[in-house]
Amino acid sequence: MLALYAMSRITREDVERTADLARLSLSNDEIESMTHDLGQILDHVEQLQALDTQGIEPTAHAIPLATPLRADKASPGIDPDLALANAPSSDAYAFVVPKVIEAEEG
Amino acid sequence: MSEEERMSDNPLDRYEPVIGLEVHTHLKTESKLFSPAPVRYGGAPNHDVHPIDLGMPGVLPVLNEKVIGLAIRLGLATHSTVNTRSVFARKNYFYPDLPKGYQISQYEEPVVSNGWIEVEVPVKGSGKKRGAETVTKRIGVTRAHLEEDAGKSIHDVALSGSEGTHIDLNRAGVPLLEIVSEPDLRSAAEASAYLRALRSILRYIEVSDADMEKGQFRCDANVSLRPWGRSQFGTRTEIKNLNSFANVEGAIEAEIVRQSEILDDGGEIQQATMGFDVERRKTRVLRLKENADDYRYFDDPDLIPLMIDEELIEAIRADLPELPEQKRERFEQEYGLAGETTAILVASRRLADFFEHCARACNAPKAAANWIARDLRQELNERNLEVDETRLEPDALASLIRLVEEGRLTTKNARELLPELVEEGGDPQAMMEERGLEAVSDTGMIDEWVTAVISGNAAAVESVRGGDDKPLNFLMGQVMKAAGGKAAPGEVRKRLMEMIRGDG
Repeated sequence: MLALYAMSRITREDVERTADLARLSLSNDEIESMTHDLGQILDHVEQLQALDTQGIEPTAHAIPLATPLRADKASPGIDPDLALANAPSSDAYAFVVPKVIEAEEG
Repeated sequence: MSEEERMSDNPLDRYEPVIGLEVHTHLKTESKLFSPAPVRYGGAPNHDVHPIDLGMPGVLPVLNEKVIGLAIRLGLATHSTVNTRSVFARKNYFYPDLPKGYQISQYEEPVVSNGWIEVEVPVKGSGKKRGAETVTKRIGVTRAHLEEDAGKSIHDVALSGSEGTHIDLNRAGVPLLEIVSEPDLRSAAEASAYLRALRSILRYIEVSDADMEKGQFRCDANVSLRPWGRSQFGTRTEIKNLNSFANVEGAIEAEIVRQSEILDDGGEIQQATMGFDVERRKTRVLRLKENADDYRYFDDPDLIPLMIDEELIEAIRADLPELPEQKRERFEQEYGLAGETTAILVASRRLADFFEHCARACNAPKAAANWIARDLRQELNERNLEVDETRLEPDALASLIRLVEEGRLTTKNARELLPELVEEGGDPQAMMEERGLEAVSDTGMIDEWVTAVISGNAAAVESVRGGDDKPLNFLMGQVMKAAGGKAAPGEVRKRLMEMIRGDG
């Protein structure tokens, strides 16, 4: 899990790194205020951690439902022209993006 | 030790490779993991996409029911624990072919964990040649988790036809199982054997077609080296996107060389993601891994944990087909088969079924095994066909084998009928009779041919009389030629020997 969950206080470096991972460009002032605000959120979570949760199953979801499922039936995709309608650039039904130099698949 | 291993510049003299594989296999479904768009291959770009696959605002994923059964089958077939509770998580990263900015995967609680499969691996030093000695090795399966595939990026202008990177999202959302092995593999050949065994299992249990050419079965390899005798692992690198058995082996071998050169120079291996350059047969660093938190996984709030009933698991267990290893053992016991022939037969369920049908029909299981694993498989490979995609019925092959076993058809003539049976089908006995191929075992006819050959080849006959058996094959060939290939070879050899030695 992310380092910021484990610490009560967040550093400027944590904010810079998280912003970088999220592809956010923050000004110096924004980094300052984010560091402060995120620190306060973590302080609040720390208060909750004072509660004894021993033996209580973690809640993954607030609604106690069985997993909703869908039968494996295919239906046609949407109109490809519609799929591409908002694309800034397309060619032969492909989305076109600026050349990606290095193949960095996840 | 093979000759290769004796050479002092072989890195394997100094280091033991430690290899683990991550396999991505497409699941056999009609529709995607979380959307109803069809799963197809080779369609026009972005024609098989649903707003869910496009990551449109406001959409919600709904799990495809079929993948649960498929994941359970994989879990049971790999002696794994099928977890009654598993959780979908978001793996966050940015790439143009990932529209949502995250991939829905499973992280801390995968659907399948802690199993193993048995793999026939080459005995060390026995080389890569065909028929190399093998031993059964148990390879751990750490986990298998469900996830969606990303779209496809086409970087090559020659393929896309214009500048820029082209993105096709038909593949986005296709259901996958990522199957992670323990670092139990110790060579490129073992890695390849594990992959083949895993692919064979996936096909047997009909979880995946696992066709590498269609990108349905892809592999990442984690490779590290350590000095022989050390128990601690070295730093590993991960080679991404290997899409053929040859590339898996080639990439691992190249990475072993690269790492050993760094270690020999006293350097340290840096944890990195590697690519394999197929043309140059070399691995290269794509990016360094700074730390494992890059993906900022968290439970996906759009999806409720996946709960699986024990009853469903047991129902699927009862329905599981015989697996390759079980089949192999049974074939060895029931039909007295052994070695590579059995391995070839059981690698494909369709071939194994064909064999059993044929073996029962001709009542000559060993002959059937040899015919299918050698002659027939060669015909199939040449045509790139599966056995049930040809016109050849198992009963027809059984009939062909019977004709050979009874001495009515020579093996040579039987082999010549095989391609036509594969292409056109037909009844071997009728074909044999129509073309007058029936072997002549009439001793009167054979004696005539033999006598003629003996009198026409005095020098060769003298050599044989003098104790040199070498010209015998030549004389055999002459008799068969005279007989138009139809003489029963056993009988010819017998009469030839008797008449040359003068006791016939």
